[in-house]
Amino acid sequence: MNASDCWQIVRFTLGMAGFGDLLILLPGVALAWLLARRSWPGKALVETMVMLPLFIPPVATGLLLLLVFGRYGILGRCLPFQIVFTWRAVVLAAAVMGFPILVLAARVAFAEVNPRLEQIARTLGAGETRVFFTITLPLARRGILSGMVLAFARALGEFGATVVVAGMIPGRTMTLSLQIYQFIQLGHNGEAVVLLAVAAGITLCVLLLNQTTSRMRL
Amino acid sequence: MNLRLHDIELPLAHFDLILNLECSRAVTGIFGASGAGKTSLLEVIAGLRKPRLGLVQFDKTVLCDAQKRVFVPPRSRRMGYVPQDGAIFPHLSVRGNLLYGARREAAAGFDLEHVASVLEIAPLLERGAAELSGGEKQRVACARAMLSQPKLLLLDEPFSALDQPLREKAVALLQRVRAEFGVPMIFVSHLADEVATLCDEVVVLERGRCAGRGRPTEIFTATPTMAWRLNASRLTGTPSIG
Repeated sequence: MNASDCWQIVRFTLGMAGFGDLLILLPGVALAWLLARRSWPGKALVETMVMLPLFIPPVATGLLLLLVFGRYGILGRCLPFQIVFTWRAVVLAAAVMGFPILVLAARVAFAEVNPRLEQIARTLGAGETRVFFTITLPLARRGILSGMVLAFARALGEFGATVVVAGMIPGRTMTLSLQIYQFIQLGHNGEAVVLLAVAAGITLCVLLLNQTTSRMRL
Repeated sequence: MNLRLHDIELPLAHFDLILNLECSRAVTGIFGASGAGKTSLLEVIAGLRKPRLGLVQFDKTVLCDAQKRVFVPPRSRRMGYVPQDGAIFPHLSVRGNLLYGARREAAAGFDLEHVASVLEIAPLLERGAAELSGGEKQRVACARAMLSQPKLLLLDEPFSALDQPLREKAVALLQRVRAEFGVPMIFVSHLADEVATLCDEVVVLERGRCAGRGRPTEIFTATPTMAWRLNASRLTGTPSIG
């Protein structure tokens, strides 16, 4: 494997993880707010379902995604494009595995916003939308950003779900984790170690970024 | 101004707030010990709490009628609420806080410069919330409420975080606000001195019920216990009740 191949895999992995992160941003933040600030029937069930990917084996999550988004899956058959065994499946796996992390972090961030400030904003004439965008969201932004960075870091190292739902197709679905695994299988331990160093370096940078942003006044 | 609370019933942690009240003076004081239900009463008026029963009416507008399921949300009530801790938005500058609820068409005297000058916060406008002292926070909170051009100003123990000399200055400042803007006020305090200085009428609240009502001089001299507490407060400079 030459440097160009390595760079291509790194770019692809970063791109897919970033895309997955963006996909979960809106639903993740919305759900986190609903969980932190509203009571509704079925809340406990939804909360448990969201957290499920954190606790069941990633391979099982991949199998579930395959059943739902496969060519003959419940949703897959309705879609005009194929998801499984394409780059979309890599994004899907990254998004599903990162979603609970984002929701967990954003939920805590919303819960920590003093409700008194929102009440005062209402007495000053602000409607619910304005209160959310001018008080709640800015005050929770650090926690949300931290959740996004951690979800991104999780997606970078995602293996189990990706391998089931996207396969290991060189040039199409091959992420850093999958490539390392393939090198180990083929006995190319030296190349596996090089990629391991690259993956560790990227993850370290992302986690350091998270530490820095959580200390910064944003 | 005429604020009417009719047969209000609001469950609190240890008792129910049950009130029949009509306020028509420029500054009405709600006086009582900590936990008597003073803040909850202000929250009912501001629309931050829905009473289980009863009616809240300001002039001719029904703000809340539990029986008819009428409830005007806080954003439409135009009640300027100054909470105990000021509740300054921490991510905004003082200017940002002041402009948050400022109305686009500012009535005469309700512009940022004038309000900031009356409350002596003009030099603080570019500061962040974290750089303010307790007294400055209270003044900013009061100015922020004033800029929303409220029909009624609700002040919840606004001087509780201040020591005696600062409190006297703050009381004088509030008298200036009263004279300058002419907005009626409901002033909550557990300090008889403050209530006696600022208010035209006092309502004494005890465990969620009205235990007395009248001019400050009447209230604090008519009831021997109250008079004693007021005197004790004046002598020691400590909270007079509770």
